[in-house]
Amino acid sequence: MSEKLERLSQSLADRFGEQLKEVIVARDEVTVIVAAADYFNIAQALRDEPEFRFEQLVDLTGLDYSSYSGAGARGRFAVSVHLLSVSKNQRLRLRTFADDDSFPVLSSLVDLWPSANWFEREAFDLFGITFAGHPDLRRILTDYGFVGYPFRKDFPVTGYVEMRYDQDLGRVIYQPVTIEPRENTPRIVRDENYGNVGNG
Amino acid sequence: MSEMAEIRNYTINFGPQHPSAHGVLRLVLELDGEVVERADPHIGLLHRGTEKLAETRTWVQSVPYMDRLDYVSMMCNEHAYCMAIERLLGLEVPLRAQYIRVMFDEITRILNHLLAVGTHALDIGAMTMVLYTFREREDLMDAYEAVSGARMHAAYYRPGGVYRDLPDRMPQYEVSKWKSAKTVAELNENRQGSLLDFLEDFTSRFPKYVDEYETLLTDNRIWKQRTVGIGVVSPEKALALGFSGVMLRGSGIEWDIRKKQPYDVYGQLDFDIPVGVEGDCYDRYLCRIEEMRQSNRIVKQCIDWLRKNPGPVISGNHKVAPPSRERMKGSMEELIHHFKLFTEGMHVPAGEVYAPVEHPKGEFGVYAVSDGANKPYRLKLRSPGFAHLSAMDEMSRGHMIADVVAIIGTMDIVFGDVDR
Repeated sequence: MSEKLERLSQSLADRFGEQLKEVIVARDEVTVIVAAADYFNIAQALRDEPEFRFEQLVDLTGLDYSSYSGAGARGRFAVSVHLLSVSKNQRLRLRTFADDDSFPVLSSLVDLWPSANWFEREAFDLFGITFAGHPDLRRILTDYGFVGYPFRKDFPVTGYVEMRYDQDLGRVIYQPVTIEPRENTPRIVRDENYGNVGNG
Repeated sequence: MSEMAEIRNYTINFGPQHPSAHGVLRLVLELDGEVVERADPHIGLLHRGTEKLAETRTWVQSVPYMDRLDYVSMMCNEHAYCMAIERLLGLEVPLRAQYIRVMFDEITRILNHLLAVGTHALDIGAMTMVLYTFREREDLMDAYEAVSGARMHAAYYRPGGVYRDLPDRMPQYEVSKWKSAKTVAELNENRQGSLLDFLEDFTSRFPKYVDEYETLLTDNRIWKQRTVGIGVVSPEKALALGFSGVMLRGSGIEWDIRKKQPYDVYGQLDFDIPVGVEGDCYDRYLCRIEEMRQSNRIVKQCIDWLRKNPGPVISGNHKVAPPSRERMKGSMEELIHHFKLFTEGMHVPAGEVYAPVEHPKGEFGVYAVSDGANKPYRLKLRSPGFAHLSAMDEMSRGHMIADVVAIIGTMDIVFGDVDR
């Protein structure tokens, strides 16, 4: 682990202490996991305090851990935020899990970083995660009038409806999908360190 | 008339079929006369759900999907994706493969900037520019074709290296009903040697071409009237809005992942990063022009290195990269490796990684979450265009409607990239 990451994870631990559920340093990256209640305040501190100075929110993405077989899931829906400090040349991943699986709500970061606006709309559109305090939480990528949250693990890749032009009615109609879902290559999880890949 | 004419605010639809919307952008503009009061981009018309599709494909099967994201800078997308997998695996990439990748990344950067500058000029009235830039794109796409067989959607990079080594001969033009022997001889003149010879010839010609572009635009009065002082973004704003790449550097922030967090062999190459001053469309144009010159320098350095240093171009670990055809036929173990790799695919250890590259448009990042399976658990593609387009409202408010076109052009929007 490089000295810089060591320093960052140390100053995170010193500053936030118990508020951090977990600090993971792996693959030259620092990930901190925080509770949904502390999410906004910690994000604000990360932006404003001189030892962090994360001026930029690079990416914000929703995650659905419902069928995750690895370790580390603390709920179904989570949001991963990638922060970048241009002045200190360091990155940080901030993750928080929504408390309620049936109606996930998290605070919006738009007031801290305007770039969060569209990323949160995307997470809402694709995962159905609601962001409290977002000024304009509309769907963004899916069709007008789309129903459901397509990137959730229980949503089929084929979707539920398909669209076609109906000759008789003279307009575009929606109908249930006519294609069967298929899986060409099955999903397989092998043992830890299968094939010793990392040593090649 | 005693009364003044009644003035109404207009809401108009710009796109999704407008030629300067750079694809399928539907922009709802609220206008006060000719002045934009609010711009609301509606995106998603090209949303193909690449991230969801990738969850149902093995890791290698998704490489060609990456080409179709930003379909004018194909190999840079592949690079970020392969880098994410390599970091999850902790896999070393052979040095020659790293040089090949860097060389093609820079070729891609030139390709992208040629299209960006050419179409930007076309959109705001300089028709000739695009004819010039497409002439050079042709040569570079021939290089793509020589190495991968495809002019655009190359699928050339692989986790662990690149698919195959550089070819030692270039495809030739042939005499046909439309091309006489004399024309063909002229066209084939710089294609007699290897791909590296062809590219070296290109790099020696290219600086002169860039000078030509500059004579067309840099001091052109109309071009300056359309771009100077348009879409000004302050450095603080640019950071807060999530800008990256030229959009950030044009505002005067010296930030380039190739320099600040070098990946592959960028740390060993000699190049400069152009930075703008005013943060307007004109400065961003100047940055792009200078970046093309710098990319040309990098390509030259890579050519020199690649000539001197033969070697493997893909990892020798057969759990990740297939064995050579010849060895597969001769050894039982290699045959099993080959079979497992092409039926089941590679297994990537559980964990998560965010791999950013300095894409021609900005920071393109791949956030991959794996649970140890032969497919990604979640793949998030952080595209620069998405963040840039989200600032459309901020950048165009208060400008005239004609400047909206200039701003779309300067953002270098490509819809495959925005909608994913």
